[in-house]
Amino acid sequence: MRRLGSNINLVVSAVLASPLRYAGGWYPCVAQIAGFLLVMAAPLSGCDESGWNNPYPEVEASKPILYTSFSERPKHLDPAVSYSANEYALISQIYEPALQYHYLLRPYTLVPLTAVAVPTVIYRDREGQILPVESDEKKIAFSDYVITIQAGIRYQPHPAFARSGQGEFLYHDLSPDELRGIQSIADFDHTDSRELIAEDYVYQIKRLVDPRSHSPIAEFMKGYIVGLSELAGELEGAKNKGQGLDLKRFSVQGAEILDRYRYRITLRGKYPQFQYWLAMPFFAPMPWEAVDFYYQPGLVEKNIILDWYPVGTGPYMLAENNPNRRMVLVKNPNFHGENYPGEGEPSDASNGLLTDRGKLLPFIDQVVFMLEREDIPYWNKFLQGYYDASAISSDSFDQAVKFSGAGDVELTENLKRNGINLETTVATSIFYLGFNMLDPVVGGGAKKARRLRQAIAIAVDYEEFISIFMNGRGIAAQGMLPPGIFGYQEGNEGINSYVYEWVNGEPRRKSLDEAKRLLNEAGYQGGRNPTTGQPWVLYFDTVATGPDDKARLNWFRKQFAKLGIQLVIRATDYNRFQQKIRTGNAQIFMWGWNADYPDPENFFFLLYGPNAKVKNGGENAVNYQNPRFDKLFERMRNMDNGGERFRLIQELQEIVRHDAPWLFGMHPKNFSLFHGWYKNLKPNLMATNNLKYQRIETVQRESIRKEWNRPKIWPLVILVLTVLALTLPAWLLYRRKLHATAF
Amino acid sequence: MTYYIIRRILYAFPLLLGVNILTFLLFFVVNTPDDMARMQLGEKRVTDEAVQQWKEQHGYDLPLLWNEEAHGSGKITETIFYSKSIGLFLFRFGRSDSGRNIGSDIYQRMWPSLAIAVPSLLFGLIANISFAVMMVFFRSTYFETWGGILCVIMMSVSTLFYIIFGQFVVGKFLQLVPISGYDTGLNAVKFMVLPVLTGVVSGLGSGTRWYRILFLEEVEKDYVRTARAKGLSEPRVLFTHVLQNALIPILTGVVVVLPTLFMGSLITESFFSIPGLGSYTIDAISAQDFAIVRSMVFLGSALYILGLLLTDISYTLVDPRIRLS
Repeated sequence: MRRLGSNINLVVSAVLASPLRYAGGWYPCVAQIAGFLLVMAAPLSGCDESGWNNPYPEVEASKPILYTSFSERPKHLDPAVSYSANEYALISQIYEPALQYHYLLRPYTLVPLTAVAVPTVIYRDREGQILPVESDEKKIAFSDYVITIQAGIRYQPHPAFARSGQGEFLYHDLSPDELRGIQSIADFDHTDSRELIAEDYVYQIKRLVDPRSHSPIAEFMKGYIVGLSELAGELEGAKNKGQGLDLKRFSVQGAEILDRYRYRITLRGKYPQFQYWLAMPFFAPMPWEAVDFYYQPGLVEKNIILDWYPVGTGPYMLAENNPNRRMVLVKNPNFHGENYPGEGEPSDASNGLLTDRGKLLPFIDQVVFMLEREDIPYWNKFLQGYYDASAISSDSFDQAVKFSGAGDVELTENLKRNGINLETTVATSIFYLGFNMLDPVVGGGAKKARRLRQAIAIAVDYEEFISIFMNGRGIAAQGMLPPGIFGYQEGNEGINSYVYEWVNGEPRRKSLDEAKRLLNEAGYQGGRNPTTGQPWVLYFDTVATGPDDKARLNWFRKQFAKLGIQLVIRATDYNRFQQKIRTGNAQIFMWGWNADYPDPENFFFLLYGPNAKVKNGGENAVNYQNPRFDKLFERMRNMDNGGERFRLIQELQEIVRHDAPWLFGMHPKNFSLFHGWYKNLKPNLMATNNLKYQRIETVQRESIRKEWNRPKIWPLVILVLTVLALTLPAWLLYRRKLHATAF
Repeated sequence: MTYYIIRRILYAFPLLLGVNILTFLLFFVVNTPDDMARMQLGEKRVTDEAVQQWKEQHGYDLPLLWNEEAHGSGKITETIFYSKSIGLFLFRFGRSDSGRNIGSDIYQRMWPSLAIAVPSLLFGLIANISFAVMMVFFRSTYFETWGGILCVIMMSVSTLFYIIFGQFVVGKFLQLVPISGYDTGLNAVKFMVLPVLTGVVSGLGSGTRWYRILFLEEVEKDYVRTARAKGLSEPRVLFTHVLQNALIPILTGVVVVLPTLFMGSLITESFFSIPGLGSYTIDAISAQDFAIVRSMVFLGSALYILGLLLTDISYTLVDPRIRLS
């Protein structure tokens, strides 16, 4: 430190010793500048010739630390509130719901996490009598999930658990004096832990309707969990009366503690997808001590809040939370232990994903999330080895990936040479072009409008869109379901026969003539209004924020122009766009959905009539209504996966392909790059608690980083010499002027 | 002077109120409280009930500027504008819409902004003055001609270019310093080198030209001619007499920007991942966090007014002929 400080002084003194003070002699000054430039760099390196540009402390080089980034600070880290991917990337390593997804197996399979086993649902009728599993859905009044958690699991060390010798909590009633030296959670001298119990899971369920939490799934869960709606009313009433909201005093009928390690969740009716919710942080345990601790006004003032400092039982705990710079997860010393999976897909063994089978998790000691707002610095630091993995932004796509003659994706030679690997996977998401079914032109179930929608579906060439705007990172959607979701069908049977035909073993978009024929059938001869002869005008509502959108919007115009239809772009900001969708004032728009869980219900519910956006504020943004679809959906959603369910799904697909309320756009493909030293990386689109499985070969990383990051001094020397050479004539000129005589 | 300062402080209140009203109107023309609620609650499964509850919790269920249903002064006080603005005049920024203490965030984030802005200003000044003096010193030579052309070229290039070019050359090609990032204490120095360097270089063209004009103005004055007539060497004339007198406008120009250094620089902070106040405001606008936006605009205005006041005061300190009344 002293060495660094003294060199700062050198910097300052070198700058201050500017030419102004050395008017009598320039040469020493220039030499000093050269020396300054070289000296300036020396202290930055920690006396090591390599890694001057290392953004991390030198002592971390040989440690198993994973470096990743975030561009936008997470809004919430409270598991009752968090609902976005960047938040889950953190809290899923900390909070442990009862269930999790198997890391390697596909299709996605639920396995126990803190639970002893995946619970088996018990159905009951109105009288409370247990019904057989295969009972008629109409008879099922309640579904019970009894979950048994493992004994001996302990929370991470945390001041909320710390007690005095007399058994009183040390930090639950902090005085202003005690708060004075506290700036972060790490400033508390004492921490403690306690065992995870069933009550913590029930407590968290109550938090979903706590008026202080604003859980996004509160309204949704009120419709399922028995008594949750009533609890919400009680809590709201207590709050309005100014009473304390000690959730321990309140109970909810549908979330019952059976004993220290068992709890029961009771749902209204049948909802098999609920088991997936049990693997989400919304249903992770929350110790009441933490909530009591964090609601102290003195801590809230200092931003020490539950939404910012999680308390969990997971493999990691948040040791540093500075969203302005970095967030650091470190190993939880109390982690209950878990072993690397012993089984996977057939290809996993050959891909080295089963090398660590049975080993104790986690492998990585620390995970450092660095603030990195822009793509370019992130990408360059990845290439220098300072980030272990990277996505591929549009700016760096050509540097990273090339397409072979057969259309296959592969890494560029440069990246291959550096041992960088590429992993691609189709996301369980869909982007679609929605037709507002309430619109008098494109909407409704009439044949005319349907033909128009089908014609547009053929004309808008999404393969071209993917090629131009996505660098090939996506596949054109054939229906509502992306690959990996039960019911998705490949091959000829799985294509949208209204838009594609099967030719030479692959789907081929139907010709434009077919689209024009459909348009003519719809009464839009040549895309023109038969009365006025003017082109038909349709309106595309979209969020457009920058110049990059212009090309995309022009492309859409051209697609519609193929049919002679004039597309008017109504670009707006996101707020207005959402408002238009909510009120049904959009005509055609682009929208998307990312799966919450790997079940077809989570896609088909987007077209379920009672979920219509305008009428009921649901997720059916196109306000599609089809009684037959609704009826089939109601049957399909509560069925177990099997032949009958598969058949129903195909029937549902056929209905929406025929009615075309959506122009099925595409399923994006994720491309991720990672260095050779980053092991056990397998994309898992459902599980977010993956960091515990991953491993870093630290020795390999350290040596490669050194090799890649040797500072170059010679260009600086050349620069100084050039400056010297340019200044010399001026200096000579000055000397001549100084010594010149007046006459 | 005390009377003058008090008067200027009193003038600041209507100005700040005006800025506050303008910010309020501009923000709510684009965003409604419903939009803000939806932004905070996320995009999935948000119900109207949840939106209403969020608004009630955060005080956005009131009318914007005028409460028709209230009585007496309540028509004004029971509004979003009043309830969200009054604390600002006491520098109580309150909590952001996502629940964080704004004052605490500002305190935390102003240090990185200062860590970049102060050295950039200091080294920038030294570099600009040095080059300007050199151009004056070598006036009427090729050095001045080419220096002037170079300055114009440098002025014409966007700051963003300097940043990306700097990151590419110094960070990626020469590998001398980290491309981006920040650290605390003395460890921050190696992260500061590149942003400060790009800050200094990007301002060199315009700064040098501006100071050159100031020096040229001075160099032709009578007292300079007298100094030369007395036989003083050109360097002595320039560095002892001209520089000292030219410092008056330089000083006042610097004083006005001093308070605003706290506010940071958006582009620099964004590209170098500096956790300062520049990015804080933009993040808040993106997140539709009105509480932060109004706090930062208010703080910026207050600091700017303070800067102008300090400039006036500094005039009296460096030029005895000026008196404030």
